[in-house]
Amino acid sequence: MSTLVGKLQIDKTIDARGMACPGPLMNLIGAIRQGQVGQVFEVLSSDEGSKTDIPAWLAKARHDLVEVVQDNGYTHFVVRKAR
Amino acid sequence: MAADVVILGGGVGGTIVANLVAKQSSGRAHVTVVDATGIHVYQPGFLYVAIGQEQPSALQRAEAHLLRRGVSLIVDVATRVDPIGQKVLLESGRTLRYDQLLLATGSRTLMDEVPGANEAHDFYTMDGAVRLFDALEGFQGGTIVIGVAGIPYKCPPAPVEFVFLLDDYLRARGVREKAQIKLLSPLNRAFTIEATSRLVQPILNERGIELTGFFNVESVDPVAKTVSSLEGETVAYDLLVLVPPHRGQKVIEDSGLGDERGWVPVDKNTLKHTKFEHIWAIGDTTNIPISKSGSVAHYEATVAAAEIVAELKGELPPAHVYDGKVMCFLETGRGEATTISFDYDHPPVSPTPARRWHWAKALFNKTYWHTVPQGRLP
Ligand SMILES: Cc1cc2nc3c(=O)[nH]c(=O)nc-3n(C[C@H](O)[C@H](O)[C@H](O)COP(=O)(O)OP(=O)(O)OC[C@H]3O[C@@H](n4cnc5c(N)ncnc54)[C@H](O)[C@@H]3O)c2cc1C
Repeated sequence: MSTLVGKLQIDKTIDARGMACPGPLMNLIGAIRQGQVGQVFEVLSSDEGSKTDIPAWLAKARHDLVEVVQDNGYTHFVVRKAR
Repeated sequence: MAADVVILGGGVGGTIVANLVAKQSSGRAHVTVVDATGIHVYQPGFLYVAIGQEQPSALQRAEAHLLRRGVSLIVDVATRVDPIGQKVLLESGRTLRYDQLLLATGSRTLMDEVPGANEAHDFYTMDGAVRLFDALEGFQGGTIVIGVAGIPYKCPPAPVEFVFLLDDYLRARGVREKAQIKLLSPLNRAFTIEATSRLVQPILNERGIELTGFFNVESVDPVAKTVSSLEGETVAYDLLVLVPPHRGQKVIEDSGLGDERGWVPVDKNTLKHTKFEHIWAIGDTTNIPISKSGSVAHYEATVAAAEIVAELKGELPPAHVYDGKVMCFLETGRGEATTISFDYDHPPVSPTPARRWHWAKALFNKTYWHTVPQGRLP
């Protein structure tokens, strides 16, 4: 099911807040592996490390970081599978 | 008249719920467990089978012996659930009606999903662990590569534990100098949790285990003996051990109860199906992005059992919901281990590796049969 956040179509939301293991980035990698090119994923993370981990993996794996928003106690990442 | 509580899957989670509901419902429930094999398997032991420290027979017991008197066990495969008609269809053609249904069917592993990986080893199935030990016994030197070919997978610490136990095994056999051990990690560190990783990484260095980060296995070339990653890198191996891709069971997919990988969408606190009434799911089969572990299945089971009993008694749902509690051990080799504990509201902590945690894990493994399935541990 897709939902709209602002103008962007979100294909899948991963709410990994409070789930240190396997963790937000591991779950994002899992979702991207299964997803289609062009799909947009949203990850909610309360883990401080995600702020560096998620952008670093996206750069290495060559997917797009579309948006990062700091919310109350967690960070919200929007990511697009680019290839 | 007693309500029909049907439980699909007689693994860790399903067995605990069956026993607790039968015990706590004061005769208001008739509990039936449907299990595909009727054999309860203690999967954490696969790790030790793979290095010859455990016998397969020690990891299996008849499910019937772990269930309380009064709980019915049907050995059959559930092939379809009708969530509207509240029925389960079994492979034998039999149909079961339910008032409350618990999905506890765990996950399956599918090495076939990785191109070229048919011959790769694993310790995620009993057969895989036995075959891997055979291969290790014949190993005389070369590069052993351990990688992860799908997320999510059961017990995230297992690949790290395996490389430490492998290092011990090769040293004991006197072939460690002729062997290279390479751990391919999905992240840019040894383990997903940073605090735990900080403890583990120096031990990897000390044991001469090579770590390659951001390597998510995508394909294998069995002729060239190389493994390639999603991120675009390639590594050569002589012996390849992979964590296979996991997905939920076919019955979940065929019944439209799960997502595209067969994981069941549930509320992360109440464990109720997000779409259908009278259905709960616990353990590996849920879509909660938390570690697929016996520990999670165990804590969730006590919550689901209490909720089902409250519903049968017409009481309000209990105040106690699943709070995301996880407690796992992580072997670091040479007879030492650490632990990992956290919940939705508390970040993970890991103590410095010590012998007592290794002994605690060994004790838990040995006493499992008499404590966990019966719901004797909180
Ligand atoms: C190598 C390894 C090491 C591990 N180490 C640890 C550890 O140290 N700590 C920890 O907490 N966890 C560990 N785990 C994970 C743990 O074993 C699982 O997470 C746990 O067993 C999940 O419990 P479950 O009840 O959800 O599913 P399972 O225990 O897998 O049970 C599922 C049951 O459902 C049955 N079934 C499936 N489909 C059907 C169907 N269609 N009809 C009828 N029955 C069906 C199966 O036969 C099985 O009996 C490890 C796992 C592995 C592989």
